Amino acid sequence: MKREGSPLKGVMTIALKEAADHMTSARMHLIMLLVLLTAADAVYAAIDQIKATTSEDPFLFLKLFTVARQPLPSFASFMGFLLPLVAIALGFDGVNGEYGRRTMSRILAQPIYRDAVLFGKFLGGMLVIGIALLTLWLLMFGLGILLLGLPPSGGDMARSLAYLAATLVYTGVWLALALAFSTLIRAPATSALAALSVWLIFSIFWSMISPFVASALSPVDPYDPVSIVHAYETGLAVARISPATLYGEVATMLLDPSSRSVGPLFMSQMQGALVGAPLPTLQSILIVWPQISGLFAGMMLLFTGAYFVFQRQEVRA
Amino acid sequence: MSTHVIEAKGLTKRYGAVPVVDGIDLAVEEGEVLGLLGPNGAGKTTTILMLLGLTETSGGTVRVLDKDPAREPLAVKRDVGYLPDSVGFYDNLSGRENLRYTARLGGLTTAEADRKIDTALARVRLSDVADRRVATYSHGMRRRLGLAELLMRDSRIAVLDEPTSGLDPQSTSELLDLIRSFAKDGITVLVSSHLLDIVQSICSRVALFNKGRIGFVGTVEELAGKVGDGAFHIEVTAENIDVPETAKRIDGVSDIRPAGKDTWRITAARDIRAELAKRLVERGGSLTNIDARHVSLGEAYNLFFKEARHEA
Repeated sequence: MKREGSPLKGVMTIALKEAADHMTSARMHLIMLLVLLTAADAVYAAIDQIKATTSEDPFLFLKLFTVARQPLPSFASFMGFLLPLVAIALGFDGVNGEYGRRTMSRILAQPIYRDAVLFGKFLGGMLVIGIALLTLWLLMFGLGILLLGLPPSGGDMARSLAYLAATLVYTGVWLALALAFSTLIRAPATSALAALSVWLIFSIFWSMISPFVASALSPVDPYDPVSIVHAYETGLAVARISPATLYGEVATMLLDPSSRSVGPLFMSQMQGALVGAPLPTLQSILIVWPQISGLFAGMMLLFTGAYFVFQRQEVRA
Repeated sequence: MSTHVIEAKGLTKRYGAVPVVDGIDLAVEEGEVLGLLGPNGAGKTTTILMLLGLTETSGGTVRVLDKDPAREPLAVKRDVGYLPDSVGFYDNLSGRENLRYTARLGGLTTAEADRKIDTALARVRLSDVADRRVATYSHGMRRRLGLAELLMRDSRIAVLDEPTSGLDPQSTSELLDLIRSFAKDGITVLVSSHLLDIVQSICSRVALFNKGRIGFVGTVEELAGKVGDGAFHIEVTAENIDVPETAKRIDGVSDIRPAGKDTWRITAARDIRAELAKRLVERGGSLTNIDARHVSLGEAYNLFFKEARHEA
């Protein structure tokens, strides 16, 4: 027998309340302050660098995202590193916090389905992240126009918008992860630590671990040159388990029109190519489409896991 | 079509192999106040959650307002208000904002919600503090806010889980007055508690829970009759007379014990109060008090569970 009524009834009410809560919480203010400061810093440094070195570049604006001046990393790598932190801050006590405040049973006794609670929490978090990212994007453009004295070109806009969308999906992965932990683990502090550990492993340690794993999986045979290619590809595959790697590839491809591939390229494949000539935007997106789908799939998988556990969870602790 | 607003048959909940609720039958009539009474862990809250469709049943059937809570949860939850054990609210929002949130979840329009919230808050006497953050509320105020939520939603059935636990006597009696007024409005009320006096003071019927089963359903008087020895317990105070001497001549008196100055406790097979009073006065005694001592629910409850343990 089918359930009566829509499982999505009340989703928007919950999402808007969650978003309002996030917007007014001190936690969110602090973390956004951190992001804004680092972003402003990175952009400012990039502008300095661009002013010092620029020749003629059709995609000058995109350089704002990618150019780094030592020792600061570029804006894009800052985002890859910090946005998970934003998402975790928004999601780590999403479900277990309701149990802790003893509001869960009261909310579930309202005429809504359980589905709406989790959907609403995810949507509310995404809404806040979306607003924050859009603000950041607009600020960057504003700074760029002011300090470079140039309007962005249509290509700049298209590519950076695609980058914005990919960033939203990447942050969604981490939000889904944080929500999944908040469903699985009853104590908010523990779920925060669990999510932060995963973040540390994937953002910092994964690039150190993956070569070892790869060399164990497909060792290089010095007498077989093809084994070197295999080893490289295995290493890449292992590294791509981390959403941070996928996001890094997407960012490089979208923000640097002259890059051609995220994997190894043979000289024969480069024959006839104009080195340094920009690819059309759509072609760049096509190259990283698997990465974007991968991120999206990861987000869906984590959310579904959280959803599955949450639907079966006892209302009482 | 039954006149019962809640009907459970053979309701069972198992966690693993352990039955927490073990095949209970319960029928609640429209407009009554039914007390679910039992020690902690007797299965009261689990039963309530199953009635609301918040926990899956392991067996048996439930009908609430002639609907299955597992299959039509929205319809059931629309008409049934639930005040959980130690209810929580969002501390960063005001009492009014908390109610507005649940009103929106219930699908009320803003204007309608605001009107109902005002009425409900006035009725639970929270109008003055409605715009203060819930973080500043006392326990009693939170419970009253919970009741305001049920009023705002026009619940036909109110399910209150341990509504008075952790409250001081003053707040308890305020809360009980409110619950009584619910019943006057024709709302069917289910109150769970392990505090017997509370249930006794507001409930028309009680259901005794023990180890996942319902041992007894009926009025307090029926319960007393069932578990008592069928005897009358009379307390009498009289001066200037030998009460035992007088009383033991009355047919049916089985026991006479002193119970304080000039006071005796008499056990008899029937109601001998009129006869005893007449004789005491005839013999020149000054009778100051004669009273059929009620078996309080507490005593009945203790007796009941003593019997239940003996049977086990």
